[in-house]
Amino acid sequence: MSAALLEVEGLRVGFGNGTQAVRGISIAVARGETHCLVGESGCGKSVTSLAVMNLLARGAVRTAEGIRFEGREIAGLSEREMGKLRGDAMAMIFQEPMTSLNPAYTIGSQMAEVYVRHRGGSKAAALDRAAHLLGRVGITAPGMRLAQYPHQLSGGLRQRVMIAMALMCDPKLLIADEPTTALDVTVQAQILRLLQELQQELGLAILLITHDLGIVARMAHRVSVMYAGRVVESGPAAELFGRPTHPYTHGLLACVPVPGKIARGEPLGSIPGTVPKIGPGYSGCAFRERCAQAMPACGAGDVPGREAGPEHRYECHLGADWTARLATGAAA
Amino acid sequence: MRLPSVRLLAAGLGTAIVAIVLVAGLLAPWITPYDPFITNLDARMIPPSFMEGGRPENFLGTDQLGRDYFSRLIYGARISMLIGIATVITSGLIGITLGVLGGFFGGRVDDAVMFAITCRLSIPLILVALAVVGLVGSSLNVVVLTLGLLLWDRFAVVARSTTMQVRNLDYVAAAWAAGCSQAHILLREVLPNIIHHLVIVATLEMALAILLEAALSFLGLGVPPPLPSWGLMIAEAKEYMFFSPWVIMVPGISLFVLVLGINFMGDGLRDMLGAQRDV
Repeated sequence: MSAALLEVEGLRVGFGNGTQAVRGISIAVARGETHCLVGESGCGKSVTSLAVMNLLARGAVRTAEGIRFEGREIAGLSEREMGKLRGDAMAMIFQEPMTSLNPAYTIGSQMAEVYVRHRGGSKAAALDRAAHLLGRVGITAPGMRLAQYPHQLSGGLRQRVMIAMALMCDPKLLIADEPTTALDVTVQAQILRLLQELQQELGLAILLITHDLGIVARMAHRVSVMYAGRVVESGPAAELFGRPTHPYTHGLLACVPVPGKIARGEPLGSIPGTVPKIGPGYSGCAFRERCAQAMPACGAGDVPGREAGPEHRYECHLGADWTARLATGAAA
Repeated sequence: MRLPSVRLLAAGLGTAIVAIVLVAGLLAPWITPYDPFITNLDARMIPPSFMEGGRPENFLGTDQLGRDYFSRLIYGARISMLIGIATVITSGLIGITLGVLGGFFGGRVDDAVMFAITCRLSIPLILVALAVVGLVGSSLNVVVLTLGLLLWDRFAVVARSTTMQVRNLDYVAAAWAAGCSQAHILLREVLPNIIHHLVIVATLEMALAILLEAALSFLGLGVPPPLPSWGLMIAEAKEYMFFSPWVIMVPGISLFVLVLGINFMGDGLRDMLGAQRDV
């Protein structure tokens, strides 16, 4: 894991009103790998991605034991130095393709601008590259698209443009914050396939933020499940889907309706309750009030981190074999 | 083919009026038949050529000093447009700068901007303009500066609220993520996307500035005579309006038509730009 492109250690983000959005998480994204950050709304996924880019809103306080990009510590970089990295070696695409492009400029001028800003050179050369990349992300007649304004493009096209724009400077890391949430399912599949192709071709590392477990199953090499500002379980995708160990992950996977497995009229799975508010001095497991396996130890102190398998970690008082014991217990 | 709507006609008419007045003002020295300052006491208060007693050399007649009224009207257009445009530029610069900064940075900066706007709104416009012009003395520059320093509030309010909306849009976040600097985001991401609101404010403020100049000149505190401002022409004409009503009607109607034209143009711009932004 020392070869990781992006290593985040002990990241904490707090807001002025005392809310702790991210409470000491560690994530590593290796080169050429897709790392999915999953969790329900408000668990701190987006805040984590913004914190990595140092793009948090004013009033947010970020502390970290380390944020290393290509082995270089970037947590202490000045705004100017960070500006050089953003859009260049680390690029980002957003959830809303309909509003992520500036309506006042043509596609071409927006794409060329990023390139000229970071790499210099003439605008004509940048436009050539933009046309090439638009073709690469599957847009027909790229020359024509360059002269168009965002409102002339559909949502799927705009998201392709956003991806092409993110690729302008050959980034090593692409942070994608729910890139397909606003798109319909067929376009969603196209965009995901495109991301996979680009990853294989360019060796991109992708930090994919989503709440859609279907996307995770399809895209992820490695998964981190977030709950209330903590990574409660992380591991290789196959391992995590095969043996979900944290009760939250367990519950989350039980909530996914599988056609054929779920009978008509049968209630869909759900996790009762809502995410608690995490203020300063919160201790214990944040999931305890919603957890069927909760025990007195969950109420206070730190939750121990445990190993459930190779590189498969989770944070819970339960041993890794609790699901098996539960099954045998129920049978007995 | 669909007939153009009333709104479109009004917008076209307004733009045409503004364009005509602007061109007339710009080309005043070349299109006026006489020097507007040359008096001719033998030919005072001649009615317009289309009225009884008028003569063909003076299309709109002459005033109480025998100056050609048509020439004075056209030079007056020059002053009105000059005041309108210069005031809008001055007040626009102040208002947009304050509004964008307040809206973009929020917090303390915004508090300061809002305080300035509130202070400005509590100042009675005409009274302060009168006091300043009365103290400093009236000249074209003083009028422009006074109006410019007083009329920025609407620019600031509109710039602030629209900046606040634009600031939180994804393309601004995307620009941050693409490594753009703060100055770049303010000038190239935010400003182009609020400018269409500000253009509309500019037309309203221009009409207001022209009317205020006329009011100040009417009160004798605007543009000093013998400059041919429309407000001054109305003021000078009021003594004669009983027997020679055209001397007050000509500048009065001109002022009315110009201000109406500017407002029509502003409405038209709003419809046009508003429709374009609705994606």
